[in-house]
Amino acid sequence: MLSRNQKERYISRFFFAISFTSLTILLLISIFLFMEGLPIFKQVSPLKFILGNYWYPTSDPPDFGIYPLIIGSLLVTGISGLISIPLGVMTAIYLAEIASFRIREIVKPIVELLAALPSVVIGFFGMVIFAPFLQNVFHIPTGLNMFNASLMLAFMSIPTICSISEDAIYNVPKSLKEASLALGATHLETITRVIIPASISGISTSIILGLSRAMGETMVVLMVAGGAAMVPSSVFDPVRPMTASIAAEMAEAPFRGDHYYALFATGIVLFLFTFCFNIIADFIAHRYRQIGEASL
Amino acid sequence: MKKFCVYALVVFGITCIGSTAFAGNINITGSTTVLPVAQKIAEAYMKEHPDVKISISGGGSGEGIKAIIDGTTDIADSSRFIKDKEIKLALEKGKYPVPFSVSYDCIVPVVHPTNPVTSLTLEQLKKIYKGEINNWKDVGGEDKKIVVVSRDTSSGTYEVWEEKVMNKERIYPGVLLQASNGAVAQAISGNPHAIGYIGLGYVNSSVKTVKVNDIEGSEVTTLNGSFPISRPLFMFTSGWPTGDTLNFINYVLHPQKGQVQVKEAGFIPLY
Repeated sequence: MLSRNQKERYISRFFFAISFTSLTILLLISIFLFMEGLPIFKQVSPLKFILGNYWYPTSDPPDFGIYPLIIGSLLVTGISGLISIPLGVMTAIYLAEIASFRIREIVKPIVELLAALPSVVIGFFGMVIFAPFLQNVFHIPTGLNMFNASLMLAFMSIPTICSISEDAIYNVPKSLKEASLALGATHLETITRVIIPASISGISTSIILGLSRAMGETMVVLMVAGGAAMVPSSVFDPVRPMTASIAAEMAEAPFRGDHYYALFATGIVLFLFTFCFNIIADFIAHRYRQIGEASL
Repeated sequence: MKKFCVYALVVFGITCIGSTAFAGNINITGSTTVLPVAQKIAEAYMKEHPDVKISISGGGSGEGIKAIIDGTTDIADSSRFIKDKEIKLALEKGKYPVPFSVSYDCIVPVVHPTNPVTSLTLEQLKKIYKGEINNWKDVGGEDKKIVVVSRDTSSGTYEVWEEKVMNKERIYPGVLLQASNGAVAQAISGNPHAIGYIGLGYVNSSVKTVKVNDIEGSEVTTLNGSFPISRPLFMFTSGWPTGDTLNFINYVLHPQKGQVQVKEAGFIPLY
């Protein structure tokens, strides 16, 4: 029989091993990403790679410039954020502060269910239903464009933003709210002056997680963004975000050829972007964290 | 406990070897263009030889040839011939890829069924894809902007288009990109002013094919060489095939067996 102490030790080692494994795997994936991506910089300089205007990886001679792809990713994410942040945060405020218990219990699971919709379903919806609708209503040449992709991505990030923000708002200490109301503030004043500032770190985290989901999303942008590798001049122009380019081309890029390396290097750029997002989220979460009730 | 471990290892070892070396298993991977052909033939083959199991996956021509080089597949489907770089890599790893031409594919330009344009010249197609012609009225259609749809630059279909239509010149950056034949057909059927190109096997009633230089893309025009945008499809094996793989390749090339299935899958048989 094991003594209690031994048992404790084994259990703690077991959990250490598990967390260490996932960490190692993550590390190995990053190493692999860099190993497969960096060789392209023997062919083109990093500056030319990032600022180059033309993406013709299979031409002879090839051009590896991902500037239009980076702009595509950023714009699609940005516009989807313009839609999803207000909708997500306001829904969260409504659910946490205004809605009655019964409505909350019905609406919250439905919003969370939206997160469970497979991205390919959302992409298909955008391609088959929303794109022809856009063409007919706005009389634009194609409905597969940046606006369509942004809207579909917004659908995907709203649940993330809403659900995490709602938790943050809901967890604001009751005493803060009661104190505000007791001092004569209206409900609206309490929400804007007390509740939101107190939960701003949670809300910011939710926004950044939502945006990084939008930025990393692949299937939707592959299906509905149109895929033209150029810097768009209007929201109804097609774009090709980095993820779409990688997904569409990786399958047939010659193994360990320049094109293959260039796609992995695109992956590195994407990784750096989402990495920055996460660091910002972490920073905000710590910087503006509400500690107790005194720091407001 | 120790005995059990050894036993487990032995069983594990046998299953590992068994999955690759035992007779009756053929792995096929590669081009999504060849996939429907391979699938149809494999089904028919397995009906005739119930002891043989064939597993097929897509992924793309490059992926298939990569698998041949890595030794992870028996047969690689490819919609293009092997590239010099890939041959070099294969030889470095001691592999010798052998090509078998299994059928022909012809790539036809398609437009929306309501589009009045019925025929385009190769020159016009090239100009459309270079962005020099951007209105349908310049090629005999309505006064509408042309929405140009292309395949991702690494697909075999794109390569044929680039070679036969574009003469290796670049398509302009504003061209829309779709990642599969099906997606192109989908995009065209949803847009009255779009033009795209797909394999003959993917043509359905939701799109209208356009003649090239007044020649309809069909079986006959592909085989007699008059249709300008066509290509052979390949299966690659690592070294000259043996055993089940050889039997399967023979079956594929058989005029009354595999080639019948090729036709049923919508492609053009060799004979």
